[in-house]
Amino acid sequence: MPERIRIIVDGRELHVDRGVTVAAAMMNAGIRAFRQSVSGEARGPLCGMGVCMECRVTINREPHCRSCQTLCEDGMEVQTR
Amino acid sequence: MNGAAPDVLIVGGGIVGAACAWECSLGGLKVMVVEADVPGSGATAAGMGHIVAMEDSTPEFHLTRYSQIIWNELVHEMPAGVEYLPCGTLWVAVDEEEMAGARRKQASYLGRGVPAELLDARQLAEAEPSLRSGLVGGLLVPEDSALYPPVAAQWLLTQSGAEVRRGRVVSISDSGAQLEDGTLLTAGIIVNAAGAMSSKLMPGVPVTPRKGHLVITERYPGFLRHQVVELGYLKSAHAAGGDSVALNVQPRATGQVLIGSSRQHGATHKEIDRPILSAMLRRAEEYLPGIMDLVAVRCWTGFRATTPDKLPLIGPWPGTQRVWLATGHEGLGITTGPATGRLVADLILGRTPAIPAQPYLPARCGHA
Ligand SMILES: Cc1cc2nc3c(=O)[nH]c(=O)nc-3n(C[C@H](O)[C@H](O)[C@H](O)COP(=O)(O)OP(=O)(O)OC[C@H]3O[C@@H](n4cnc5c(N)ncnc54)[C@H](O)[C@@H]3O)c2cc1C
Ligand code: FES
Repeated sequence: MPERIRIIVDGRELHVDRGVTVAAAMMNAGIRAFRQSVSGEARGPLCGMGVCMECRVTINREPHCRSCQTLCEDGMEVQTR
Repeated sequence: MNGAAPDVLIVGGGIVGAACAWECSLGGLKVMVVEADVPGSGATAAGMGHIVAMEDSTPEFHLTRYSQIIWNELVHEMPAGVEYLPCGTLWVAVDEEEMAGARRKQASYLGRGVPAELLDARQLAEAEPSLRSGLVGGLLVPEDSALYPPVAAQWLLTQSGAEVRRGRVVSISDSGAQLEDGTLLTAGIIVNAAGAMSSKLMPGVPVTPRKGHLVITERYPGFLRHQVVELGYLKSAHAAGGDSVALNVQPRATGQVLIGSSRQHGATHKEIDRPILSAMLRRAEEYLPGIMDLVAVRCWTGFRATTPDKLPLIGPWPGTQRVWLATGHEGLGITTGPATGRLVADLILGRTPAIPAQPYLPARCGHA
């Protein structure tokens, strides 16, 4: 059994298996708007492999982290804006 | 494609050509613009879009300030894509010598009716928290601003109603503008507004390209509040010859940070020069220690059109009947574009300009 850990997305707790990416955790929780474009459109993961930059979120206060390239850590705080 | 030849044919659809088209059309003239590429894609797309009143000399002050006033009226009519940001300029002093420079600069601005406020070290830190500690102070010039020039150029061109024609001009003379494909475009007056390329089209025009690098970051709202410029900037920018870098950073309306600046003479290739780029970023880091944590999304270069006396060339070109210049705006052409257009239209239409046009007349170059 993989270890269960907890991340906090915009104040909401998500429980996931260790080894899951932040993008997958958020998608599984039904989150589609990861960030906003300059003109205010919602954006979310597209390529899933670190190229398109569409999946960026703020992780532990560091802006512009690619959620598809970041593994969840216990207690991690994620912001979509 | 018919009808009479235009009154005015403008070669180049950068901010200068676009402003000339706008003002000439407003003055009732029939205008055509010929542009080799996409309008606004030259130095106008490469530059920073800092609208700044400069007071190093009276002619420079007149043109920059007059133009700033025209900009402030225009931006309210322009689309949101112009990204007008009334951020002011913050000139930063690292030592007492530069602070003395800030005081002289303040006196000069105030004497010319431009608000300018001296900041001590604490006020500076409050005004711009990302700056390192230990700076002596600064000078805040609140009426300066920043915008996105290519959208402004496009808007001016479209609104002018001028015919915009795609084509590469190979030479300009009294008989017209000769295109690459052999077509000769004729007009009552032909204005060379081809920026750093203007001397290629007319031998003897004393304009040389001066290369600059810029970097733009991702969006970090709040990292920077003002256009921040070092007071050593004037020394390095005006140092003849050698390559130089200086702190010149700009907040964009999007929250992005635009990082400059560099100046190189003699470099003609567009590629990034790594040592210059690194020196420029290190310079920025000396003032803004956190800047290296920001993610850069793009860097590029552009060419300023430099003249020997650092003033633009605006008006008739001596030795010709109908060829005019509107070029040589160096690192200030976004600022001074609108005033240039106004002066060109004033001179063509025989109106009295609001500022003396004589300092910018190409006749000063002694060309016969
Ligand atoms: C790095 C950098 C930073 C800058 N920062 C600022 C700033 O903060 N504030 C400021 O006020 N200014 C700034 N400038 C200066 C400013 O960008 C220029 O002075 C200004 O854009 C000049 O406009 P222009 O219309 O004369 O030239 P351009 O924009 O270069 O326009 C010339 C046009 O002519 C066209 N053309 C050229 N040759 C031909 C041909 N043979 N036939 C037909 N068309 C032709 C080109 O395609 C181009 O569109 C900066 C410049 C650089 C390089
Ligand atoms: S989804 Fe494309 S970079 Fe993350």
